[in-house]
Amino acid sequence: MGAASPQSAEDVAAGLRDAGYLAGDSTALVAYLAARLGKPILVEGPAGVGKTELAKAMSRYLDRRLVRLQCYEGLDEAKALYEWNYRKQLLRIQAEATGTGWDAVQDDIFGEEFLLARPLMQAIGSEEPVVLLIDEIDKTDQEFEAMLLELLSDFQITIPELGRIEARTHPVVLLTSNNSRELTEALKRRCLYLWLDYPAIEHELEIVRLHAPELPDTVARRLVEVIAMVRELDLKKPPSIAESIDWARALVLMGAEEITAEVFRSTLSIIVKHRTDLDTVAERVGVRLGAAA
Amino acid sequence: MSFPAQVLRFAEGLRAEGVAIGTSELNDAFAALGEVPWTAPVAFREALAATLAKSPEDRRVFDLVFERFFFRAAEGEALRQGVREASGEGECDSEKADGITGGERIDFDNLREQVLRAIREADEAAMRDLARLAIAAFGRRGQGSGVLGVDVQRIRRSLGLRSEPGGPVREDRAGPPPEPLTREQVRRFELHLRRELERAQIERTRALPPSRPLNELDRALPSGPLQDLAAVHRVVMQLKRRLATRGHETRGHRRHAHVDVRRTMRASLQTGGVPVELKYRPRRPRRPELYVLCDVSTSVTSASVFFLSVLHALHDSFRKMRSFVFVERISEVTNVFERERSFKAVSDAISKDAGVADVSGYTDYGRVWREFLEQVEDDLHPRATVIVLGDARTNGRDPAAHVFARVAERAGRTFWLNPEPRLYWNYGDSVIAAYERYCEAYECWTTRQLEDFVKALTRPAHSAG
Repeated sequence: MGAASPQSAEDVAAGLRDAGYLAGDSTALVAYLAARLGKPILVEGPAGVGKTELAKAMSRYLDRRLVRLQCYEGLDEAKALYEWNYRKQLLRIQAEATGTGWDAVQDDIFGEEFLLARPLMQAIGSEEPVVLLIDEIDKTDQEFEAMLLELLSDFQITIPELGRIEARTHPVVLLTSNNSRELTEALKRRCLYLWLDYPAIEHELEIVRLHAPELPDTVARRLVEVIAMVRELDLKKPPSIAESIDWARALVLMGAEEITAEVFRSTLSIIVKHRTDLDTVAERVGVRLGAAA
Repeated sequence: MSFPAQVLRFAEGLRAEGVAIGTSELNDAFAALGEVPWTAPVAFREALAATLAKSPEDRRVFDLVFERFFFRAAEGEALRQGVREASGEGECDSEKADGITGGERIDFDNLREQVLRAIREADEAAMRDLARLAIAAFGRRGQGSGVLGVDVQRIRRSLGLRSEPGGPVREDRAGPPPEPLTREQVRRFELHLRRELERAQIERTRALPPSRPLNELDRALPSGPLQDLAAVHRVVMQLKRRLATRGHETRGHRRHAHVDVRRTMRASLQTGGVPVELKYRPRRPRRPELYVLCDVSTSVTSASVFFLSVLHALHDSFRKMRSFVFVERISEVTNVFERERSFKAVSDAISKDAGVADVSGYTDYGRVWREFLEQVEDDLHPRATVIVLGDARTNGRDPAAHVFARVAERAGRTFWLNPEPRLYWNYGDSVIAAYERYCEAYECWTTRQLEDFVKALTRPAHSAG
């Protein structure tokens, strides 16, 4: 059994911090509520604000195994829940083709032995409590969401041949979505909702410091200011937190003492990943840096 | 009034603003409130938000309603209990307590500096005090207009608070220039101003003003379009249900791959006729079911935001859908909608690089039909629905109604949504009559008319394919 269940939102915030994740007030609070109430969390927000990272940090903090289900278009039960191990069943029938009654075989081939557990099943069946991450739920279709409902509200799965399988332990469930389509009301109703946005400057500064402690303070501050500036521009893909951290690490490697227009231009490709965005940023921000330096 | 009752009334307030809150949400909210100390304002608010507001739009409405509701609740209680600021001279007292004024004349520059500092440091308490001070100073100049919104803006201007649209950037002024404020920071201060003005008003009149629903401008997301996108989305959801009842699609069948018997048998030869390895039929890409053509020429500029939001909403609901925009020629924008989620990004992308061939800027319907037919003729089938959004103004060119007839014939149902009032149809260069013979035409430029259109869909089609 992992860490004792958290006693307050501050506990969670401190725990996540130890796990290398700086949670905002609302993030810590929602995580705390989820642990206490046993409800799944639906995390939405732009790409790269640490939605998936939150789940990983939760698993480190609670000292639980992370079971991850990456969603994609066309994901079905067989890949997410369970599948009958057809070949094994077949071999079994073959092996006992003679001399065994039909009843015995029929009972046998639909036993747990022939069940291939997929992530959701694993999370439910695990002896130890786990953290279940259902990543990018918005990539699947609505039918799949409907299938999840039983799991999310009652933590159980019904297999026609076996009956109902209930969770032995209560997993902490996180669902992430990039908001690329509206999720159904039924799914939302079962979850706590957490909207993660780009962090405020101070908060991001702390995050950068945590991940790149070697970076001089002045540079770090300048870095998050520039990132904030870039995010204000109308870009195809604004830089995410992960990219700020990458940039900070790159600057450490370069031994940069200050972010000058020069440095900025040469490392621009770390934070901006689109051809058209590159031009916009170089034009709008590069010039300003030059003036300031 | 008891605490749970207040929370329930708050939920009622949210429902009145269109946030869907069910009993289970309320149960969750109370369970969550049991876990947080109710004296911590941030935790209290976040716990409610996490359980009640489940989308960014809802969250925004939640914040506005929360602000208003608990402000009103506190003020109402104060009124009932007769709590007043230390006699009538309350405002003057608080000024002196702050000590930055020399009595009669308030030093505006000094005040401004303090306000700026408080805003930068995000010191809520200081902001509130300074807001009161600013109101007092302002009121003495006798410039109050009596309308809250106007007053807020006047005070803001006279304090010289301005937000830099580009965020915190440095300006090229002499000396170490202070970082300008972001829009958000200024907004926070305005919030305090508004609240304090409201409080003063309540004190004066000793009554709560009647509560009003949020106005549309406030509740829309900052990047939201002019039309209420959410309303369009709701109507389109209905539209989807209506269309779905026709020509049932059996998508459920396709969820499991079908075993390809022939290939499985062939593979089983390796294992002595035992089909150890199953071969599945490859899944065929689905055929789009809905075709939407949207006029984006200048003659429908006023309606195009509405049209695009309809398109946007359709894309949210329909997976089998292809959309086209046209002016003189046609251009497919299905990808744009699939790639971009935010409405603003979509409309920008379409106006910039959707590649609408727009030589003359005049619609050429004849050409549009021919190109459309060329692109999708093979995909059109009786279960497909074609929706045209346009004003049918051909600028005197050939309407090519026979080509349109062919489109209508191949598709199951064809609808035309015309943004012009029916009165103007067939006047000037409008040739909707030529097309109306082959499709059902509706006047549609508001959400309500869109709803009417959806209702009309339930009537049995006269030209069932």
